[in-house]
Amino acid sequence: MAFESEDHAKAYWKENLSLMIKLLIVWFTVSFGFGIILVDLLNQITFFGFKLGFWFAQQGAIYTFIVLIFIYIRQMNKLDKKYKVDEE
Amino acid sequence: MDIKTLTFIVVGLTFALYIGIAIWARAGSTNDFYVAGGGVPPVANGMATAADWMSAASFISMAGLISILGYDGSVYLMGWTGGYVLLALCLAPYLRKFGKFTVPDFIGDRYYSQTARTVAVICAILVSFTYIAGQMRGVGVVFSRFLEVDITAGVLIGMAMVYFYTLLGGMKGITYTQVAQYCVLAFAYTVPAVFITMQMTGHILPQTGFGATLADGSGQYLLERLDGLSTELGFAAYTEGTKSGLDVFAITMALMVGTAGLPHVIIRFFTVPKVSDARRSGGWALVFIAVVYTTAPAIASITKVNILNTINGPEQQGVLYEDAPSWITNWERTGLIRWDDKNDDGRMFFSNDERNEMHVDADIIVLASPEIANLPNWVVALIAAGGVAAALSTSAGLLLVISSSVSHDLLKRTLMPDISDRQELLYARIAAGVAVLIGAYFGINPPGFVAQVVAFAFGLAAASFFPAIILGIFHKRMNSSGAIAGMIVGVVFTLSYIIYFRFINPAADNAEHWWFGISPEGIGTVGMLLNFIVAITVLKFTKDAPKEIQELVESIRYPKGSGAATGH
Repeated sequence: MAFESEDHAKAYWKENLSLMIKLLIVWFTVSFGFGIILVDLLNQITFFGFKLGFWFAQQGAIYTFIVLIFIYIRQMNKLDKKYKVDEE
Repeated sequence: MDIKTLTFIVVGLTFALYIGIAIWARAGSTNDFYVAGGGVPPVANGMATAADWMSAASFISMAGLISILGYDGSVYLMGWTGGYVLLALCLAPYLRKFGKFTVPDFIGDRYYSQTARTVAVICAILVSFTYIAGQMRGVGVVFSRFLEVDITAGVLIGMAMVYFYTLLGGMKGITYTQVAQYCVLAFAYTVPAVFITMQMTGHILPQTGFGATLADGSGQYLLERLDGLSTELGFAAYTEGTKSGLDVFAITMALMVGTAGLPHVIIRFFTVPKVSDARRSGGWALVFIAVVYTTAPAIASITKVNILNTINGPEQQGVLYEDAPSWITNWERTGLIRWDDKNDDGRMFFSNDERNEMHVDADIIVLASPEIANLPNWVVALIAAGGVAAALSTSAGLLLVISSSVSHDLLKRTLMPDISDRQELLYARIAAGVAVLIGAYFGINPPGFVAQVVAFAFGLAAASFFPAIILGIFHKRMNSSGAIAGMIVGVVFTLSYIIYFRFINPAADNAEHWWFGISPEGIGTVGMLLNFIVAITVLKFTKDAPKEIQELVESIRYPKGSGAATGH
């Protein structure tokens, strides 16, 4: 057991899952939400010459994906340190 | 210098570079050969993953497809990038901690079952072969247009290159060659894009340029002009699309989940030293992929306006064939552009109604974009080198998956467990040789349905591997019966739907007959859901996974104690 206690192992996993789920909600919202389901609604808004829904589908979703992964990397490195399960 | 000489020089220089790298990074052990000794830094690995991922199809065809499909083409942009979020968050770190060479290794060990391993090996080989056939076709197209050799010679040169450095360097050689190939292909993709964006809108960045106003003084937005032209000519409005929302949803989901389930992508995350590096690799891979994927929609829309203006003229009355620019006659020779003067007025006209006289193949949008925009010859040569780099990098990665599936998963772990490391390496090299020959055969004699089969490989990966891996990590009680039943139901369902609509009854292949209007491209999403449902239901009626397996699953959930990837 790499964790100090059973409780620590559970708490680490719970925090990991909650971070993952939050980020996946954003992942779903920008692509399937803004880019597909709400596309017609958002297309009423113009954004730097693009219809907003179209922009999310062809540009915005991709930028958001990158940000999401880097947030995950940062938060997980912190979490690994907090529970002392990082690699030396 | 003319285009042909320049192309020979540029492509020749890049070839010399790749071979040099392969000699420098020779593989000594199976560990080197399969996973580069687990010692590739995350940024380099991200770049190699990006090159591996972006095939000749993405390089040559994707912008063209978007140009034809408009908004509907977004499925490829979101689908082939969003999968990396799933990879980095849900799969890569855990698979890296698990520490084996291949995806069938994980499935076989996690589900303590040879049956599960065998099902996974078959799926991995099938997916990789359909892919590699498409790649070789891409090499053939690029060589035949730019070097003016015939397709057979082009394919043979390409295959010899790939085999040489896969054989010599294994994963290590491939990884560092792919880093070089990424640089070549990204440069070749973005430079012409910057030029055409500047001509059209005065913007430097293609990403913002295709939303800007036109530089012709009209003050009109580029996309507004394109929407107007499209509807006037009988196409669908560019920013609207024609597919049903549900179908767009299903295809995007199938491509995302399929990306996260493809063995040649997953294997990249075994090559980094640490679990935290596996997460970072995913992030960097997406950054490098995004450079090309955010540029593609700009090339698509700008070149579409360019093509419509060149063929139809500024007044949309058609242009006299004698006055046609040279790129039209150049590409007519390859058969990718055709003109049939139906009304005998000597003028070309391109539209989507009865007035149309042109056939413009989607593949020329990228390949011909520098010529269409009157860019210098060296830019055209650059595009050729980029296309070759994209095709070579992806074939090399796939070749490695095939050879490791055969020598490691099939021979070492299933049929001949007693062979030594050296013999295993020998078999891996023989398997790569056989795979290269089969790949070359399909490159020279492409089955007409290659492009479709490649797209379906995603559906199959989505319906088979993805749920089995996710459940294997996040549902520790999941047992072998559930996982095997899920994979079989998912794959059989997806495959039957595709085969029925594409090969048995193609006449019924339209939205009216599809279930819930979901096309065969998107059906992998339904297959994936079925896989999850079946696996969880079967688990309810069978015994939980044994205690030692549950402990194994707990141990892959945190990074500490990850060693190098091993096969034993």
